[in-house]
Amino acid sequence: MVNAGEMNGSGNLMDFLDEPFPDVGTYEDFHTIDWLREKSRDTDRHRKITSKSKESIWEFIKSLLDAWSGWVVMLLIGLLAGTLAGVIDLAVDWMTDLKEGVCLSAFWYSHEQCCWTSNETTFEDRDKCPLWQKWSELLVNQSEGASAYILNYFLYILWALSFAFLAVSLVRVFAPYACGSGIPEIKTILSGFIIRGYLGKWTLLIKTVTLVLVVSSGLSLGKEGPLVHVACCCGNFFSSLFSKYSKNEGKRREVLSAAAAAGVSVAFGAPIGGVLFSLEEVSYYFPLKTLWRSFFAALVAAFTLRSINPFGNSRLVLFYVEYHTPWYMAELFPFILLGVFGGLWGTLFIRCNIAWCRRRKTTQLGKYPVLEVIVVTAITAIIAYPNPYTRQSTSELISELFNDCGALESSQLCDYINDPNMTRPVDDIPDRPAGPGVYTAMWQLALALIFKIIITIFTFGMKIPSGLFIPSMAVGAMAGRMVGVGVEQLAYHHHDWIIFRNWCRPGADCVTPGLYAMVGAAACLGGVTRMTVSLVVIMFELTGGLEYIVPLMAAAVTSKWVADAFGKEGIYEAHIHLNGYPFLDVKDEFTHRTLATDVMRPRRGEPPLSVLTQDSMTVEDVETLIKETDYNGFPVVVSKDSERLIGFAQRRELILAIKNARQRQDGIVSNSIMYFTEEPPGLPANSPHPLKLRRILNLSPFTVTDHTPMETVVDIFRKLGLRQCLVTRSGRLLGIITKKDVLRHMAQMANQDPESIMFN
Amino acid sequence: TTVWSGFLRLCFVFGLSFLALTGLLLVQLANAAKNFEDVRCKCICPPYKEHSGYIYNKNITQKDCNCLHVVEPMPVPGPDVEAYCLRCECKYEERSSVTIKITIIIYLSILGLLLLYMVYLTFVEPILKRRLFGHSQLIQSDDDVGDHQPFANAHDVLARSRSRANVLNKVEYAQQRWKLQVQEQRKSVFDRHVVLS
Repeated sequence: MVNAGEMNGSGNLMDFLDEPFPDVGTYEDFHTIDWLREKSRDTDRHRKITSKSKESIWEFIKSLLDAWSGWVVMLLIGLLAGTLAGVIDLAVDWMTDLKEGVCLSAFWYSHEQCCWTSNETTFEDRDKCPLWQKWSELLVNQSEGASAYILNYFLYILWALSFAFLAVSLVRVFAPYACGSGIPEIKTILSGFIIRGYLGKWTLLIKTVTLVLVVSSGLSLGKEGPLVHVACCCGNFFSSLFSKYSKNEGKRREVLSAAAAAGVSVAFGAPIGGVLFSLEEVSYYFPLKTLWRSFFAALVAAFTLRSINPFGNSRLVLFYVEYHTPWYMAELFPFILLGVFGGLWGTLFIRCNIAWCRRRKTTQLGKYPVLEVIVVTAITAIIAYPNPYTRQSTSELISELFNDCGALESSQLCDYINDPNMTRPVDDIPDRPAGPGVYTAMWQLALALIFKIIITIFTFGMKIPSGLFIPSMAVGAMAGRMVGVGVEQLAYHHHDWIIFRNWCRPGADCVTPGLYAMVGAAACLGGVTRMTVSLVVIMFELTGGLEYIVPLMAAAVTSKWVADAFGKEGIYEAHIHLNGYPFLDVKDEFTHRTLATDVMRPRRGEPPLSVLTQDSMTVEDVETLIKETDYNGFPVVVSKDSERLIGFAQRRELILAIKNARQRQDGIVSNSIMYFTEEPPGLPANSPHPLKLRRILNLSPFTVTDHTPMETVVDIFRKLGLRQCLVTRSGRLLGIITKKDVLRHMAQMANQDPESIMFN
Repeated sequence: TTVWSGFLRLCFVFGLSFLALTGLLLVQLANAAKNFEDVRCKCICPPYKEHSGYIYNKNITQKDCNCLHVVEPMPVPGPDVEAYCLRCECKYEERSSVTIKITIIIYLSILGLLLLYMVYLTFVEPILKRRLFGHSQLIQSDDDVGDHQPFANAHDVLARSRSRANVLNKVEYAQQRWKLQVQEQRKSVFDRHVVLS
């Protein structure tokens, strides 16, 4: 590429425009970092600062600032993540309503905000006010009738298509990495993989802007997964301002773990759930120091979001519920049934979605991303408009399903038959038979459920930001509410049955269908993502009480068991496998009896290992070796006869060191001897100046013997984050095992395709 | 110059955090100096005997947000007030209309700017470059043949602009480098389906 050395003009502010000069210690794109080296570099840096802090006051202050910089980064991440989440919530609220109408007094108000100050709202039409008009009223001055309906339908589809088209064009032109959920790639990045530009500033901007467009277009997707990506981009941005984090990839990943926690915290209004989600799902190494800092970042983010107050009631999430009606032991049976449903749906969704994504990856379908988005949006809009439960945004649907029926609820779901002679307040009477509205709602919900199950399979994974927490919760909430209403009506009509007799007397308020919706949502979410503790904590932070922990846990555990019976992977691990990322999962267990010698390279029949000798190769030999092979590093041995191991040299550092030496040092030519020892080898008098490269040599590479069981080797790779490991026998170098070899071996043992592992 | 650059970065960070905290404070102040209409207590009273249901709004403090203070004029005579008020549900709500207005307007302006830039990059810039450099100099690299994507001629512009080192060219140089990066990303994601499929 271009050498930016000659562009170093004055002015440090302009330096960010220059290309970053690759120095020794940075990593190439799509490679894995060396965790041990990052850790030792950080320890060195810390030791240097501590020793210098005793010299003067200024150094002492610098050491204090260095210690506090971690907390400052967390504060900044929390502030920015909370602000962005507030902006996204407000904008989504407005743009979702834009599809149906517009506020005449001030165009930036959504439907609810527009009617906020109106005096013309009546009890029967709580949502209508003259200030907010549908498009048909505005354009042709009619609000009822077939022509108005068709015009509204047409404009709804038009708005949805324009939002989706705009979103996919922005993604394609400005930041192609902004598509998808982001969580599989962030998991891989946090395990040590480098994807340059994935957490960049343009990705952050485009993901925020297009997320609003995509959620408003009515597609069946959520914003929680992309919010984690947005928060990690903020984390990357702030950590690049401090050299402590910008120069050390290992420390940077600590910051990213905390940023992921802040992302989930603002998505669900659940700080503790966010930290647990980061711990359980996203992070790879999670030291205790990160736990406290993640919690701080999540709290700051939640607090910032609360002060922006996007939903007007100091709530953080649209579907926060606040009731505390009790539940009964006998209801555990339908809860467990909901758990089974969640597990089955999770398995179905994962299998179908992976199959569809694989088809998109390998066939002609993948060549038309923009067309695909437009077609899916058109289908979604056309089918979603007639059914009132799919026409509204999914968050509002979940909110309606979670809520218990009370005086403030005027929805169809609460249309129970009232006894006209009742003296108690109307909507407070328990134990009533369902009215016609409830029956209508039931079959509409059933249709909506089938539609959502099918369309989410095709929506998740398109080239737009898409999350799947909200659609899964919607599917579960619909199923749960239907089961809840069913149980309620069963209890009403058959009070004398043995299962109802003890706890559900006539006239008693026994069944809360909203609780069944919550349990169903938790079950479906757990079935797809296989979250355990973090799911339960997020759900109970959403409901604001500890009463419902037992039903939520029962459903989550059941759904995880049922889903695990069919396949071990959650949706994110499945996408990691689909993309071939080099992710060594901590949850996998390796129980086969192979040895290191079965996995190491070179195998029998392969060319021998490419090694460097400690003082007998010339610069030209090394350059030829580098050009002919594409290995990431070379072991250094004493000589070709006695293959005793000295150390390991990285390819990138060899290239840079040779290039530097040729440019800067005198007398280095192609015939110069390259040596890795302390003292230069004895050379005849007129030979060219030798090149000392001991500083790039890693003198302590990890070695195992050839009879080490692979179980131990996999454990070493996992726990230490190694990239390669050398195999020796009685001190002689036999071969090398890289992370890619380990992953391929594990895939082979599990009867999967070992060629699907693509990256190093 | 590392001390200078470190100092500059420190100042930048402090400035940024100061700005963020000021922004937060401003939001709070804006909330404090609220619009009269942004705070209310909303009471929904369902139908009772022969009175139909009604919704009452009043700007009142949270302490006084209950049926007795808000429902005026009371539609039912004295002895029935308690029964009527038992059915009513009162909720205290507040919002910040200023925040909503600023957020939506900022979002729409950012969206508009991005849209304009996208139109410029996709349609206007290739026409301008063709006119400036002439048809003969438009070298298309191998894998851009037949490629109608934006940034298709970033390579040759990069090569040309290496000579001068003033600010404007630095900006253009950075822009071309960014375009190359985006093109690489687009190839990985859309064409070869290597990442993010």
